[in-house]
Amino acid sequence: MADRVIYAMYDDDEILKDGAKKLVAKGVKVEEVFSPFPIHGIDPIIGVEQTRLGIFAFIYGLIGLTLATTGMWFMMIIDWPMNIGGKPSFSYMENMLSFVPISFEFTVLCAAHGMAITYLIANRTLPGMKAQNPDPRTTDDKFVMEFRTSQNKQFTADELEAMVKSTGIVELEQKDI
Amino acid sequence: MDFKVTKKENIFTLTLIVIGVLFTAIGIATHAGDDNFITRFLANSLINSLFFFGIGLGALFFLALQYATETGWYVAVKRVMEALTGYVPYGIAFLVLVFIALTITDGAHIYTWMDPEVVAHDSIIQMKSSYLNKGFFWIRTIVYLGIYFWYWRGFRKRSLQEDIEGGTEIHFKNYKKGAVFLVFFAVFSSTSSWDWIMSIDVHWFSTLFGWYTFAGIWCSSMTVLVMLTVYLKKQGYLPKVNDHHIHDIGKWTFATSFLWSYLWFSQYMLIWYANMGEEVIYYEMRIENFQFLYFGMFIVNFAFPMLLLMSREAKRHAGTLTVIGIIILLGHWMDVYVMVSGGSMGATASIGMLEIGMLALMAGIFIRIILNNLTKAPLSVVNHPYLDESIHHEI
Repeated sequence: MADRVIYAMYDDDEILKDGAKKLVAKGVKVEEVFSPFPIHGIDPIIGVEQTRLGIFAFIYGLIGLTLATTGMWFMMIIDWPMNIGGKPSFSYMENMLSFVPISFEFTVLCAAHGMAITYLIANRTLPGMKAQNPDPRTTDDKFVMEFRTSQNKQFTADELEAMVKSTGIVELEQKDI
Repeated sequence: MDFKVTKKENIFTLTLIVIGVLFTAIGIATHAGDDNFITRFLANSLINSLFFFGIGLGALFFLALQYATETGWYVAVKRVMEALTGYVPYGIAFLVLVFIALTITDGAHIYTWMDPEVVAHDSIIQMKSSYLNKGFFWIRTIVYLGIYFWYWRGFRKRSLQEDIEGGTEIHFKNYKKGAVFLVFFAVFSSTSSWDWIMSIDVHWFSTLFGWYTFAGIWCSSMTVLVMLTVYLKKQGYLPKVNDHHIHDIGKWTFATSFLWSYLWFSQYMLIWYANMGEEVIYYEMRIENFQFLYFGMFIVNFAFPMLLLMSREAKRHAGTLTVIGIIILLGHWMDVYVMVSGGSMGATASIGMLEIGMLALMAGIFIRIILNNLTKAPLSVVNHPYLDESIHHEI
């Protein structure tokens, strides 16, 4: 079955939010919202899942901690034993304290970079990637809500269009894919 | 809605007090003959006075911080915070009593610089005598406590006044007073911790000590604040407090735990690395006599909150917050215990009936005072200019 995408454009985020509330109450599934800035409170309305970025951050942090620890252990204790702060014990545990700042920094570095890259990949906004938003004006002052007929099978395309039109849109665009 | 102390709560605090008195009496009876009994008794009094005063003072600092930064989110829990600050005058009374007892007993081997016989044979203390002497100590103590009390009274008075009068005049007055209090607090939190705690290890010094103590009291008071808030919320009070407020205070508990750990580590690492005799003695003594407590409390105060409070759900879950809160509080009590007992009793220190009893006794009194403070004013403020913002607080 052919899928039809409806892009409804608004010029105010509050009108979009009210419209989304009304449509969701009627049982319409909103596929996506494109906005130049984060719209506060839109996530629970259109049912965006809770982000799992935090879990990834924890994993990246653990990887960083492990890398830093094994790296310093090999470099400073095994490969070329160092006299650390006048305490030549050549043991990682006894010199643990002097390794803590670097472990901490490396944990933060890996967590932050990993998180940023994951975020860009998840949003498909890595440099060089093709833009996902349907209209360049959504990076300026317009807001677009996207619907798919395949996700709203209880309505016909015309019904859906009529409902969307009643929510104060400024432009409507449709595309068969 | 006005808070009422239920029978259950009354029985709970009374039980704590009775257990405390009983244990303390047993402790006194068994240890009264010991050589270090007076030191031990007064050290315990000092530990508990400082620990609980710190919770009240931390809340006062936090309230002043909200005033000075004109935040909106906290308004829904403002009265809970104020109930905690309400311990300040009682805490001052307990502290003054302990200091009087210590002055009469010439420091009781806790403040050895108060003992003229020790000072006569100790050239290091003699060089510090112009600062560390009974007269100047009392002048400083009275100034600290007097200013804390003065600001507490003003904040409380204006908060109740705001409920009746409304408007923004009181808000801006609080803004100014809060900022000035923070300036005083910035200096006094450091110097008072030198006078009251660091001077116990009179030969030793650390420039980080004030911050370290301050981080400890801040963390303790955030922990008590979050526990009290979830408790009251569960009882059906505080209808204006939502999950986001609790999440925010939970974050404060998490963050201040890290601040404390960071300062604990910084102080320890710098002294360990420099390895200078007059500095490392502080840690050598503690590792020798308090190894379990000293490193144990670091794990308790760092690893537990880090791992258990990291997720978003944990910071909103009443049960998790309460369990972690009790653990963190015990950890910070151990921190104060090691700070005071390490320098005063060293190898002869031990945790027995007396320590547990006096902690339970003071905890009972503390909870009783806090609950009583809650009854004295409506639990929701009505005319704060940011009340609406706080009701719609969302993160």
